Amino acid sequence: MHPLEFNLSCPLPIQQYPNVLMAHGGGGKMMNQLLETVFGRAFSNPLLDQRHDSAAFQPPPGRLAMTTDSYVVKPLFFPGGDIGSMAVHGTVNDLAMSGARPLYLSTAFIIEEGLPMETLWRVVCSMRGAADRCQVQIITGDTKVVDKGKGDGLFINTTGIGVLEHSLTITPQQVQPGDAILVSGDLGRHGMAIMAARESLEFESAIESDSAPVHEVILQLIQAGIKIHCLRDLTRGGLASALNEIAEAAKVRIAVTETAVPIREDVHGACEILGLDPFQVANEGRFVAFVAAEDAEKTLEIMRQNAVSSGAALIGNVTDRAEPMVVLRSRIGASRILDMATGEQLPRIC
Amino acid sequence: MKYLDEYRDAGLARQMANEIHRLTTRNWNIMEVCGGQTHAIVKFGIDELLPKHINLIHGPGCPVCVTPLDIIDKAIEIAARPNVIFTSFGDMLRVPGSKLDLLSVKAAGGDVRIVYSPLDAVKIAAQNPDREVVFFGVGFETTAPATAMGIFQAAQMGLKNFSMLISHVLVPPAMEALLSSPICRVQAFLAAGHVCSVMGFEEYFPVAAKYRVPIVVTGFEPLDILQGILMVVQQLESGRAEVENQYSRAVRREGNQPAQALMRQVFKVVHRRWRGIGQIPMSGLGLAEPYAAFDAELRFGLADHQVEEPAECQSGLVLQGVKKPHECPAFGQRCTPEHPLGATMVSSEGACAAYYRYRRQPAAATATSL
Repeated sequence: MHPLEFNLSCPLPIQQYPNVLMAHGGGGKMMNQLLETVFGRAFSNPLLDQRHDSAAFQPPPGRLAMTTDSYVVKPLFFPGGDIGSMAVHGTVNDLAMSGARPLYLSTAFIIEEGLPMETLWRVVCSMRGAADRCQVQIITGDTKVVDKGKGDGLFINTTGIGVLEHSLTITPQQVQPGDAILVSGDLGRHGMAIMAARESLEFESAIESDSAPVHEVILQLIQAGIKIHCLRDLTRGGLASALNEIAEAAKVRIAVTETAVPIREDVHGACEILGLDPFQVANEGRFVAFVAAEDAEKTLEIMRQNAVSSGAALIGNVTDRAEPMVVLRSRIGASRILDMATGEQLPRIC
Repeated sequence: MKYLDEYRDAGLARQMANEIHRLTTRNWNIMEVCGGQTHAIVKFGIDELLPKHINLIHGPGCPVCVTPLDIIDKAIEIAARPNVIFTSFGDMLRVPGSKLDLLSVKAAGGDVRIVYSPLDAVKIAAQNPDREVVFFGVGFETTAPATAMGIFQAAQMGLKNFSMLISHVLVPPAMEALLSSPICRVQAFLAAGHVCSVMGFEEYFPVAAKYRVPIVVTGFEPLDILQGILMVVQQLESGRAEVENQYSRAVRREGNQPAQALMRQVFKVVHRRWRGIGQIPMSGLGLAEPYAAFDAELRFGLADHQVEEPAECQSGLVLQGVKKPHECPAFGQRCTPEHPLGATMVSSEGACAAYYRYRRQPAAATATSL
């Protein structure tokens, strides 16, 4: 653990510049000061502290997994998280989807001129906190400052490297007829939290994002010998996109029981009001798992023992090798297709 | 979820469906007017529970679908102007005009914003006195009171930079137009519950009497719709043609009178063209004279122009209940939500979108029970 306990009360290191200026990306002294006092201080670890153009390290034995993702979210801080913690959790989760133990992250910040320095510091502190909780280190990075109006405050990219300590092949192609399908918890909270915050929608209770790292529970499933065939985190497009993508890649038909999919009441209500389908809404701390049928119960048991997946549920199965399709058994007992959303989800008229 | 799950109970749905099976002795064509009901029917698979004799015809009650092409073109023309903030309900943005849609205008730099209420647009106008703020006022009697309130507030605040592009439409004239058409097959209506929560249902008595059709004011949950169908079948089988109210938890006979009073103050009834159907006399709402200053068509001096629908699009026949979406040769082939030929394929209430989204393949596999 880092000696400094990073939280939102950390003092702002750069007092004389309340806002990020173009000069903070100009390569001179001001940029140096920003890198040293903000990023260097917050992310400090032996590899980063070498202050070199690239970080060199000895990988542990095993196959490596690598992934990258860019984080663009408005507002930067939302109930249940912020862009900083999300940029760590999202990439850690992408690594976890191949069963990797996350090791290192790189990060790149694109900052819009005029961003309050305090905002940047809060994001950076949150990122460090999230990295510590995930036991990953941010070992290299980059910053750019763009003209006012050319960015949306702050964009963050993170790239992650992890190690596979197992010999499973976790891909959609491993999915087989009979596989049990589980989700790791209630769906739709992140998307609705963002929408509520962005559009200043007032619901009775604040819906908080589900943003969280899920790698620990996946490592436990692997250690327990669960025959995991495929994992997918349920980010943009939600469960509907993930299931359709997997059905398409594996050339199988999937059946899901609508009432088995956990959705919190406030999320359900907000979706009903706005005319959105909670199965298509984004999550940031949820995944779907395809496992061998005989492992379904054990998988559920392990998932439910972890706080991050305590609301896990068995939602359906892979029925057969047929034209790829996801069929939903509806609440009143009829069946319909569960399709992925067409484009951006647009709230309806009435 | 409270007040929702009670109306989605599988056991009760089955019971109600059984009762409909027991009562039905011959073929009946029943139109659900509202696109929200169409989506519920297809999404929950309500029609799968019904006897083969019951043919549900999907009606024209999709505000996005019936907004005429030239109005969409006008919206696009206004939204593309440099000093304009164009505000709209979300699902109007993807509707194709004759060349573009509003999302493309936004992508090209137009200031197009989604709002949830016309009152949000009024707020934006008050906050941006140096910009022209325009709200796209579409929908049936359901959204018209909110549009009226937006105009009323803007007038009270003396806003000079606010206007509305209005294309509101009315349900009863559309029902009459369908019933007087020679191709009409409709024998009974499920009337739209939310429209009636505003307007009440007295307007339907002369329609039911004149055309000898049962009309049942119906809600939107599976049990509402099944009960509405049951009430309609009871009338049809016993030869009655009355107006009944299934949705009594939300609808009173006289409706929401303060809302109606505000609508009468702000609007006047006008002739309106319906996309895919054509001109229907006295079937729309326009701004009354005292509020003409808020009419975006006048403010931006937009000329009327006739535009033609793509010849291949059969949405007019779908909106009139003559064709089912999948009976159109373009359905799912040359017409998809990504590349729509008509509005019925994009709207969240459009019948074509419902069929595409929930049952592209006619024979969906049955889920194994868990």
